[in-house]
Amino acid sequence: MRELLPHAVSNGRKQRLAFSIFGILTASTIAHATKIGEISETSWTEQALDFVSLEQPVVRTAVLGTLLIGFCCGVLGSFLVVRKLSLLGDTLSHAVLPGVALGFLWNASKDPWAIFIGATAAGILGVALVGWIKQTTHLKEDSAMGMVLAGFYGLGICMTTMIQNMAMGNKSGLDKFFFGQAAAFSSGDIQLLGIISILTVVLVLLFYKEFLAISFDTGFAQAIGMPVQVLHYALMALLTFAVVVSLQAVGVVLVSALLITPAAAAFLLTDRMHWMLILAAGFGMLSGVLGAFISYLSNNLPTGPLIVLGATLIFVLALFFGPRHGFLTKTLRRKRQRQRIALENTLKSVFYLCENSDFERREFVVAELAVERNSNLPTTEREICNLVKADMAEWIVDSNTPSMSGQTRFRLSKEGWYRACEIVRNHRLWELYLTNAASYESDHVHDDAEEIEHLIGESIVKRLEDRLENPIHDPHGRLIPRRDQVIA
Amino acid sequence: MSALPANDPRLKSPLPLEIHDLTVAYTKRPVLYGIDLEVPQGSIVGVVGPNGAGKSTLIRAIMGLLPVASGWVEVFGEPFKEAVTRVGYVPQRESVDWDFPVNALDVVLMGRYGRLGPFKRPNKSDKNIAMACLEKVKMAPFAKRQISNLSGGQQQRVFLARALAQESDLYLMDEPFVGVDAATETAIIEILRELQSQGKTLIVVHHDLTTAPDYFDRILLLNMRVVAYGNTKDVFTFENLQNAYGGRLSILSEVALSRARKKAEGDTPEDLLR
Repeated sequence: MRELLPHAVSNGRKQRLAFSIFGILTASTIAHATKIGEISETSWTEQALDFVSLEQPVVRTAVLGTLLIGFCCGVLGSFLVVRKLSLLGDTLSHAVLPGVALGFLWNASKDPWAIFIGATAAGILGVALVGWIKQTTHLKEDSAMGMVLAGFYGLGICMTTMIQNMAMGNKSGLDKFFFGQAAAFSSGDIQLLGIISILTVVLVLLFYKEFLAISFDTGFAQAIGMPVQVLHYALMALLTFAVVVSLQAVGVVLVSALLITPAAAAFLLTDRMHWMLILAAGFGMLSGVLGAFISYLSNNLPTGPLIVLGATLIFVLALFFGPRHGFLTKTLRRKRQRQRIALENTLKSVFYLCENSDFERREFVVAELAVERNSNLPTTEREICNLVKADMAEWIVDSNTPSMSGQTRFRLSKEGWYRACEIVRNHRLWELYLTNAASYESDHVHDDAEEIEHLIGESIVKRLEDRLENPIHDPHGRLIPRRDQVIA
Repeated sequence: MSALPANDPRLKSPLPLEIHDLTVAYTKRPVLYGIDLEVPQGSIVGVVGPNGAGKSTLIRAIMGLLPVASGWVEVFGEPFKEAVTRVGYVPQRESVDWDFPVNALDVVLMGRYGRLGPFKRPNKSDKNIAMACLEKVKMAPFAKRQISNLSGGQQQRVFLARALAQESDLYLMDEPFVGVDAATETAIIEILRELQSQGKTLIVVHHDLTTAPDYFDRILLLNMRVVAYGNTKDVFTFENLQNAYGGRLSILSEVALSRARKKAEGDTPEDLLR
């Protein structure tokens, strides 16, 4: 027992130590990631109104700052995403750190211009290093980016730690580059942001076709005489600017999310580059303001992570509800297609009933259709109800027939007959095409036609008719209903 | 006292393409040695050779996309940079990301960028030209289609349309027949013949020996150096092909390889000869 005791004590001490380190880290993170505005006792609706009115200068700068950051990062990030250089955003944000430290050392204050110049120089050096490693070795770009990212970041951490251990005046602002602090925009920061935003707009508008060409096909751009290297580094310089000015709002780690996420969401929603740029800029701005707003409403949530969460939310929405590639949209579209096919199959069966009566009868009872469709009464009744809902059929209400006996009568509307003829026509034309043109045996073609009849459009039907020289009978000798056939 | 006869073409206009003693060596891999080439106007030249023979490298070196170790290239009597608008280019289809957010028309419009120069946007007439080029390759109905929704053959046609939109006099095409369907292959060769009939000059990298003699009136057999070059019927002989494909150049490729390595390490090529 005695032997065990010292061990237990040291264990407990270790735990306490770990705990206190964790506590200090957490506390410092929260302290650094300050929110906008002071903690107040007002309700959140008042807070919201206060934010929307933009009366407080601190709110105004925060909104303006996050809007501009979102804009720059959205536009420039789009080029990273389409060029498959997403990791470069991370590389840049980490690579600028030694430059931030140097800029800070230069006049021992957080002069935004000194920090900006230092950071930009470091960022561009990082990008150039990536390019150089890629060109002179067998290493691929991703490895080069990973190495530069980590190397520069390590150097940056050492330098900032050294600065913080030095006896110097105002060094408090340095940490915000790690965690971000949207509340701390100075008027100098906003000025810088404004200049970068204008520069971004002007350069992207002036050189849109050049940036598009080098992003899509660098070799071709070079072959038509574009100065590809100059353009590439111009784009990288703009990106570095954007990263540097965003750094103090969202911090080193989250900057790349601001570059990539809005652009990725835009990529899901459009397949034109200029729309992608516009959407990404909009998403960036939206998430910026969203982050600032929620941070203002809640009393102790940091702005930077909230901005990134806003962007992520937009991405998730685009992923699910995107008009073309969204999961939900696709599911809905598939469901609608299934419903249409079910409807068309019912119509086709009604046509067969009519055909079996030598086109004499126009009215049928549910039970007949159930036999034709090889189905039970309730299902068949539901199918006819669907037809009625789509204005393709109507019930014939007759007080003599008892309900629920399958003897309820119905008939197709004009629209219903038209669709029924169309579907049967598609089916039989396809069967004929397979037997005549593709030399299928006539007893092999039905199953394939069952699928194709729902899928071919008018232009293909027209081509089938031309190819088959407007046939009258299908391979089984049955009539192919004409386009203008009137049954109703 | 001119030494040239009055009807010599050189008096009228310089050759579309003239290459003299061109050597290209990557630091990673040596590729081309002492290439001489004169391409007369209005010819279709097929560049044929085994994998790694430097076919694509030749095309890229002509356009100045690669650093040239020695020798020179002239296009219509000028360095490539001066004649850049007179050269159309069809890169290999795999060289780009087809998921890129552009449609077929956007890609073809890029063919106009070289003529537009900086700061100018394509205007209505550029769009009309681009549409006409899509029409020519029978891709007009797909103009608004995002390029990833096109088949391989259709993508290749879009690339061809982009080159047509460049309205050039010399065309450099890198494997335009790779991975395309028979219909596209026929369509492409028809367009090549039409370009030829308009007096354009075409250099086409080709991998299929069976079709090469049908498609080209001149053939450049390449395997790191010019194995044979001239009219198809003279060049396309068993002996030449065996020279190009038969691996008799093992000594050259070995020396070339070690030379490139030494060069990368800082030695001059002369050191090797000692």
